[in-house]
Parts: sequence; C-alpha cells; structure tokens
Amino acid sequence: MLPLSYLIKRTSQLVLVIFIAVTVNFMLPRFLPGNPVEISLQQKIAISGTYTVNPAIIAKQYMGEFGLNKPVLVQYYTYWKSILHGNFGVSLANYPTPVASMIKAALPWTLGLLLVSAIIAFLLGSLLGGLLGWPRAPRALRLLAPGLMGVSVIPYYLLAIILIFVFSTHWQLLPGSQGYDPTQMLGFNWASVVDILRHSILPGLSIVLGGVGFWALSMRGMMISVQGEDYITFADAKGLHPRRIFFWYGMRNALLPQVTQLAVALGVVVSGAVLVEVIFNYPGLGYLLFNAVEGKDYFVIQGIVLMLIVSIAVALYIVDLIYPLLDPRISYRRK
Amino acid sequence: MSIHGVLREISRVAHSPRMTRPLIAGSVLMLCVLMLSLIGPHLVNQQLALVGARAPDLAPSSANWFGTDSLGRSVLAFVVDGTWPTLQIGLIAGGVGIGIGLLLGLLAGYFRGVFDATVRVLADSLLTIPQIAILVIIAANVQQMTVNLLGLVVAILAWMVPTRTIRAQVLSMRERGYVEVARANGQREIEVLFREVLPNLIPYIAASFVGAVSAGILAAIGLEALGLGLSSAPTLGTAIYWAEKYSAVLGGEWWWWTPPIVIIAVIFLSLFLLSAGLDRLANPRIGSRA
Repeated sequence: MLPLSYLIKRTSQLVLVIFIAVTVNFMLPRFLPGNPVEISLQQKIAISGTYTVNPAIIAKQYMGEFGLNKPVLVQYYTYWKSILHGNFGVSLANYPTPVASMIKAALPWTLGLLLVSAIIAFLLGSLLGGLLGWPRAPRALRLLAPGLMGVSVIPYYLLAIILIFVFSTHWQLLPGSQGYDPTQMLGFNWASVVDILRHSILPGLSIVLGGVGFWALSMRGMMISVQGEDYITFADAKGLHPRRIFFWYGMRNALLPQVTQLAVALGVVVSGAVLVEVIFNYPGLGYLLFNAVEGKDYFVIQGIVLMLIVSIAVALYIVDLIYPLLDPRISYRRK
Repeated sequence: MSIHGVLREISRVAHSPRMTRPLIAGSVLMLCVLMLSLIGPHLVNQQLALVGARAPDLAPSSANWFGTDSLGRSVLAFVVDGTWPTLQIGLIAGGVGIGIGLLLGLLAGYFRGVFDATVRVLADSLLTIPQIAILVIIAANVQQMTVNLLGLVVAILAWMVPTRTIRAQVLSMRERGYVEVARANGQREIEVLFREVLPNLIPYIAASFVGAVSAGILAAIGLEALGLGLSSAPTLGTAIYWAEKYSAVLGGEWWWWTPPIVIIAVIFLSLFLLSAGLDRLANPRIGSRA
C-alpha cells in the first residue's frame, strides 16, 4: 500500500499549493494600483455617456458592503471564509449574478472538452510513439510521424483557427463556433446530444492534433530504452506473439514515466484549451475568463483562476496517489 | 583573419560530429526569422502598419502583398513590424528565467540543505499551477503593458524548469573527480563552483535557454491573443487577437491571420530543432533513431 510518509508529503504539497494560490489571488489586485470598482464604474460611465452618479461615492459604498475598507488581515480572513463557503463574490459586468453560478454553468463544458480531448491525445500519442520506437512496426507509420510533429509545434489555438477556416468557412462541414446551436433548446434528447457532439469536434480536434506530437515524441524515447531491457529479449526467446510483447511488455512499462509527464503537461494543456475555447466561443471557463478580462470583471477573473489552480492541483494529487498503484517499485524506493 | 581563414573555421565547426542536422536546420530557420524581424522593418514602409493606411479588407494583390485587415493596415507591414517584439519578449523571458534558474539551481544543487529543500518544493508547487491562470491575473491588473513588462511577467513562471534541470546536473557534477581534486588543492567552495562546475554546465544552460525562450514566446502569444498584450506596438499575438475580434476567420479573410501563424510556426519549429540539437550536444549518449 501507499507508504504513509509519501501520503503526508503529497497532501502537504497540495495544501501548500492551494494556500499559495488563494494568497496570491487575494494579494495581487490589492497591491496593484487602481481601485477596480472605481475603474469599472468609470468605464461604464464612459461607455454610456451619462453622469448622474459619482463613481467615487458608489465605490466607497461598495467597498464598505464587501468589507474592502477593513484592515488587510481581516479581509484575508473573510476571504478564506467566503472561499470555503463557495462564495466568490459577484460579477461586476453581470451584476448581481454570483460568480460561483457562472463558473458552475461553464465548468461542465470545459471538463467535457478538456478531459476527452486530453485523454484521446494522450492515448493516441502514446500508441503512435510506442509504434515509432518499436523496430518491427509497420514502415508506413514513419511517414506519418514528421507530419504530426510538425503540426504539434503550432500552438493549439492557432491550429484551431486553421481548422475553423478549412472545415467551417471553406468546406462548411462542421460548426466553427459555440457549444450548441443557438436555436436548439437543450434537453436530455438525442438531438441535443448530436448537436453538442458536432460542436465539440473541431475544438477537440485542435487539442488532440496539438498534443499528439508531444506525447508521441516522449513515448518514443521511453520505448527505445524499454526495448533494450532483458525481459523483452526473454519474452521474445520464449516465443510469445510480437503483438503481445509490444503491448504487455513494451507499452506497459514505457507508459509509466509518461504518466508522470502528465503532471507537467496538464498545466500546458489547460492553458492551450482556455485559448481554444476563446477562438471557438465555446461556453466553457476559458470563454468566461476571456470575457471577464475584456470587461475587467475582477471577481470573475479571480474566481476562475482560483478554480483552475485548485482543480489541477487536485487532479495531480489524484494522479500522484494512483501512480504507486501502477508502479509498485515506487513504494519501496525512497523519493 | 582572412576570408579564407574565416570560411575554413565555419566549415570546421559545421562538419564537427556534434553539429547534427536538427541543430543546423534550426539555426538556419532562426537566422531567417531574425533577418526578417531585424532587417524587414527597414525594407517595408512602417507607415503602412498604421490604422487607415490603406482601404480595409483587401485581398492580397500586387499593391498589397499580404492584403489589408479590417482597419486598413497592411498585413505585410504589421507582421514584419511585429516579429521582433515577439522575439524580444521571448528573449527577455528566457534570459531572466535562465538567470534565476542558474542562480537557484547552482546554489541549491551545490550547497544543498534547507535552501535546496525550499527551492525544490517551491519550484515543484509552482510547476503544477496552470501558467495562464497566474499570467492572466497579473496581466489584467497592469494598465500599460510594454515589451519589457510582458517579458518580465512571463518570466515569473519561466524559471522553474531551468532551475530543476541545472540543479539536477549540479547534483551529479559535485561528486565528480575533478571537483574533489579542486577541493583537495585548497580551492574554496565558491571558487570550485565557478571554476569547475559552471563551465561544464554551459551546454545545459544553452539547451535550457532555448527551451525557456520557446515557452516564453508561447505564453506571451497566449496572453496577447487574449487581449492582454502590448498596448502600443503590434506583435504577432495581437495580430491574432484583432483577427479574432473582427471575425476574420469566419469571414474568410485568410490573408490576415495566415502570415502571423506561419511565422509563429516557423519560430517554434526552429526553436524546437535548436533545442533538440542542443540536447544532443549536451548529452551525446542520446542516440538518434530515425
């Protein structure tokens, strides 16, 4: 089972990351110049042209309401309390919609798109990489490799633009924006499901194409080193079928270091996915973030950023807990 | 030195066994990009990159080689103008990242102890945080963004990987024979660090630098595409942002966003090749298999 010291160390790391994230999230807007509420109000006045209210007075009232004029430590304490109650404040642009409800609406879209595409990219890339590193793999695959590597050099969101143009504008095959048809009323019916799936093909494709090259390249490196191991030679000498050796002896062992790579890659994938959502107007967290940045909606920005950091930290924590179960050698080794 | 001598030196370096194909290809590509970015602005009329210079939404023609965008700017002009700021941001981010990474990695790896533990935990924790999250928060709170500022913002999250790489190398190097000999000769620890360990780290520093520049440009373009980039000069990322804003993709104005994407792809391809080549230079035991 999992050694206790490892468990404690990993859990304390998780707590530390969350602590740093919440603190940085709290500190940054307060230590940078400018009062966000006043700036936001002034922008709105500038856009609408009327000047019946004095933004300074409203800002002061707002700050009093939300306790922004109390000492910093008190604010910090109330911030933590409200975070733990799931209260991220209200949106300035869509007053008075609570930030938490906006995030809750957008989260399933992002989770669905990201999880599925990331897993597909990981599996496809690993399989391709494994085949590339295996000497007895079909030759034709080697031709595919440089093309995919070349494509993966381009960042996800730029790939997205190209895909939209080719499949949506030029060939008019797939929808190039939004998560579902504006005229469609979403419900638990077949038409909705098909609609959502159709709209998710291009965004998913951008993430998959952008990520496959990276996984394939690193898997290929693993496979080459695994190939030289004695147990492969032994399995071959035993007369096992080549495909069996490839999957159960080769891939299985080469896959383990790949899973640790997942940890570092997850941050990059999420960042890329956020931008893909923006390009596609896909109603996920990325799109929400983009609009919040445009409208200087500070509380929404903070809420989303915090959500992203915490969910990735938790995901990595789970991966780190599962990994010793996949590779029993870790439990015996001291980190 | 005569021309003949210089050419012979170049030929000698080019034919040395360490100068692999990725390194050459990457260097050539990067050279092309650099020439475009540094010489290009002098060849193209910079006035054409301003709003309203030409009629808007023109397709490529002999008058406008890359056409114009919805604001009447010549695409060729602002793409050529925007390449160098993009590279600059990457260089600043990479430079600062390597600077911090070198300092922290050397000290943590060589002297170990509490400092090493702190650096390690900090770097590992920050690595798990999605870059875009922190960068968006910082960039959204900055009123006036400049090239240097954007470079610094990106550099905040660029130091972790170089620190880890250099620290790992220093950890293995401090046990080597020549370090023992230097210590036995009475050299102080600081001297050993700078005279023995540092010079052998140079290939790793170079490889990490290229990696950091690449990651920096990626993050910078990401921020710019969200609209958090430079407020004054155009860059490749802000070109993408404006193209999105004016629906150039759905509107079919491919000449607006294709040149920036192509140049970005070439930049990343060259950085990738350079980093692969430098990796092999630093670690000759990584054999190549087609």
